[in-house]
Amino acid sequence: MLSGVTVRFAGDSGDGMQLAGTQFTDTSALVGNDISTLPDFPAEIRAPAGTLAGVSGFQIHFSSNDIYTPGDDVHALVAMNPAALRTNLRSVVSGGIVIVNEDAFTPKDVTKAGYAKNPLEDGTFSNYRLIKVPINKLTAAAAKDTGLGAKDIDRCKNMFALGLVYWLYGRPVEPTVNYIKSKFSKKPAVEQANTLALKAGYAFGETTELFNEQYQVPKAKLAPGKYRKITGNEAVAIGMVAASKLANKELVYCSYPITPASDILHNLSTFKNYGVVTFQAEDEIAAIGAAIGASFGGALGVTGTSGPGIALKAEAIGLAVMTELPVVIVDVQRGGPSTGLPTKTEQADLLQVMYGRNGECPVPIIAASSPADCFNATIEAFAIATKYMTPVILLSDGYIANGSEPWVVPQFDKLEKIKIEHPTQKNDDRGFMPYKRNADGARPWAIPGTAGLEHRLGGLEKQDVTGSVNYEPANHEKMVRLRQAKVNNLKPAGPDILWTGPTSGDLLIVGWGSTYGAIKAATLELRNAGVAVAACHIRYMNPLPAKLAEMLKNFKHVMVPEMNLGQLRLLLRSKYLVDAKGLNKVRGQPFTIGEVVAGAKSLLGGEVPAGAQEIAMAGAEDAGIGGGG
Amino acid sequence: MSVAPTSPLPVLKAADYATDQDVRWCPGCGDYSILMQTKKVLAKLGVDRSKTVFISGIGCSSRFPYYMNTYGFHSIHGRAPTFATGLKLARPELDIWVATGDGDALSIGGNHFLHVIRRNLDVKILLFNNRIYGLTKGQYSPTSEHGKKTKSTPMGAPDYPIRPLSIAIAAGATFAARSMDVDVKHLEYVLERAAKHVGTAVVEIYQNCNIFNDGAFDYATDKTTKSDTTIYLEQGKPLVFGNGTKGIRLREMNPEVVDLASTPKDDLLVHNEQAQPAVPFLLSRMRQPDLPEPMGIMRSVEKERYVSVVRAQNEEALAKQGPGDIQQLLDGPETWTVS
Repeated sequence: MLSGVTVRFAGDSGDGMQLAGTQFTDTSALVGNDISTLPDFPAEIRAPAGTLAGVSGFQIHFSSNDIYTPGDDVHALVAMNPAALRTNLRSVVSGGIVIVNEDAFTPKDVTKAGYAKNPLEDGTFSNYRLIKVPINKLTAAAAKDTGLGAKDIDRCKNMFALGLVYWLYGRPVEPTVNYIKSKFSKKPAVEQANTLALKAGYAFGETTELFNEQYQVPKAKLAPGKYRKITGNEAVAIGMVAASKLANKELVYCSYPITPASDILHNLSTFKNYGVVTFQAEDEIAAIGAAIGASFGGALGVTGTSGPGIALKAEAIGLAVMTELPVVIVDVQRGGPSTGLPTKTEQADLLQVMYGRNGECPVPIIAASSPADCFNATIEAFAIATKYMTPVILLSDGYIANGSEPWVVPQFDKLEKIKIEHPTQKNDDRGFMPYKRNADGARPWAIPGTAGLEHRLGGLEKQDVTGSVNYEPANHEKMVRLRQAKVNNLKPAGPDILWTGPTSGDLLIVGWGSTYGAIKAATLELRNAGVAVAACHIRYMNPLPAKLAEMLKNFKHVMVPEMNLGQLRLLLRSKYLVDAKGLNKVRGQPFTIGEVVAGAKSLLGGEVPAGAQEIAMAGAEDAGIGGGG
Repeated sequence: MSVAPTSPLPVLKAADYATDQDVRWCPGCGDYSILMQTKKVLAKLGVDRSKTVFISGIGCSSRFPYYMNTYGFHSIHGRAPTFATGLKLARPELDIWVATGDGDALSIGGNHFLHVIRRNLDVKILLFNNRIYGLTKGQYSPTSEHGKKTKSTPMGAPDYPIRPLSIAIAAGATFAARSMDVDVKHLEYVLERAAKHVGTAVVEIYQNCNIFNDGAFDYATDKTTKSDTTIYLEQGKPLVFGNGTKGIRLREMNPEVVDLASTPKDDLLVHNEQAQPAVPFLLSRMRQPDLPEPMGIMRSVEKERYVSVVRAQNEEALAKQGPGDIQQLLDGPETWTVS
């Protein structure tokens, strides 16, 4: 009986590892485990087979307890070839299980992976429980009567591996059998071959003496409710549809394909019967231009992208600030700068979305803290945008966009409606005044088609109230301050802080975005060890939560773990004059719990944590935090 | 463009489309004429101001929306078609006009210009071509002549100019036309045809910048030369110019000028707005001093509009799948219950 296990499937990008991982996740969720996943895609679509660059991985942490991360260390690794073994073995705990497809360890592939000799024969595995399985041969034997060619049968070997791991952890094969049935309903031979391979893998575990035990991970003690598994990108997409229904507005999603945000476009383009209009624009600028145009017309205009796209959209975001139109901009962050690490995660766009525009150009920013939190954060973004007539930026990142977790599905009827009013009458004796504000500082959202309210918007400075073009010095300063005040004073539409632990103590760990899981788990671990620590996770990055200033004073130390070189830390230090220390990791990989724990201990021990900016700047290979690579 | 009224039209005048803003173009600018003819056409067609939107980018021409008492959006440089696209997607029933210039549409906004045309979005694009950057005070533009000396090219522009309508036709324009600021009757005719066109209409308007590029189109507007330097296109009629003395004939795919004293009219190219794109493309390349420059409707064809296709897909999804159940969407493909 185990409380929690982390399994990683790794193979060539064509080996179907993402599918095997997803199936294992779905089944684990269905048997009642808490889950957290980390897909790890190669940057290339199809790197040459067998190379290190082509390795695709999928990690699943499943547990009978609440879990917050995809797991620090891997307990069982499935390596479909030498390259997958080489890139993943170091993550496996000492004594962990390593299942390898020995058929793939040909001298050629061994060399391609950079091994001098076959690692299966040289004692590399003295610290592990190595299980060599001829997966190619066994898959071929299982599916030999299906009539499929050798190449098609070879594609089923991920199912054999999955079946084997199902047996190892006592999971049922039925959910995947059903999945195969529906997926290949029009290709009976393929369906049969995959099912046979899956079952053969399971039976192999049962009958062979390679394993002498089977591990059970009981159901998690999750709060009662109806659950589903969800990724961040899925949650953003359905959150957008939910927001449009709550606002009783059409959703117009305008986007240019970009990793890792494209799945939002893919998802939404299948929701046409929900009244969703999607527009694949000619470029990033066209995407936000169209979103703003749709909002001008009274729809919910929204665009989604990643860091490079935000850079291109900067001028248009400024126009939305100037014209005070509601538009939501989703930034699924990835490793940068420039094209950077498209398939890897990072949190280095915070200062870009905060300040990366010309002029004084404030935009509310909400950062989702987990895959499931993307749902609420998306609805909040629309609520803020339409209430205050402003663009809103929603931050996600590659980790939570592609990672998944169980989510208590909300009852749609119980979600708060988004109230929107479009004026139909003139609002002043002089006529319609497009910049006459309400108590929230918002101007009226009058839309084309409304007789009598014809008006002109634009990027030139507006005269207060009338909205006419105006270059007077005092008016400009007034408008700059009005726009700033509107953002500074906005009321969050959801929790602005997620708090773990007491409100005073020795150490406060301040985080934002996808580090939530690792920081929370680390904080709980440290508290169990008697450390006076708490965690403050910020969801509203702009404006920063009102109570933050007070909170920061109640702790002797403040540590800010970030997947960047200290962007939130810079904001905290400048705004609150607090001596916040950084714990910074920029490896395209999320923090592990152990890294945060080690950082905290090191800080409390009087040292600056390894990986803090001061050290990272030194540039040594081990300048990041230990064990992260 | 909805021009079939169901109730008696109010009698509208051009002045009804004017705003209270002072028009701030330089005195003598060609833009005034374009503004006036546009207002006249809208008045003539009885266009509903509240359902009309003028969208522009940046440049002198892009001040246009401020002077039209309709809805308007003065956006960012080159990007007007993108805002028009989003607005049209959200509100297909609106009549949307884009006011742009040679720099705005063809330089910084070249990409969007292509795509708004190829999608046949159903917006009317007024391209004010003055062959110069006016607002930034006199640099050469993408339509400036090769070798043109300007503030930024004291030794002459090294680039070769772009022909706006060649680009439009290459991108699949369903309506491509040319007129000029001073020929007010012709301009009014072309704008009216554009307004009535179902689909994206591109109208290139030769426009004099009397400050930074004065007289750029004198050859085409001067009464003494215009009959030789321009040719007015008429549907179904042979291409005749020079006060009826000259015509255009196609020989080995090349347009050439022929003397009608020695060539029968039957040999001339006959204008057909619905001809294969190669023909209007060829017209769009005709340029002084070798050939007269065509004025009028080079191409006018019908093609399904982008938003109709998009909306039809949504209707089809609705018909096939029924209205989406939002709770079902939240539940996703599989749920489990923890009790």
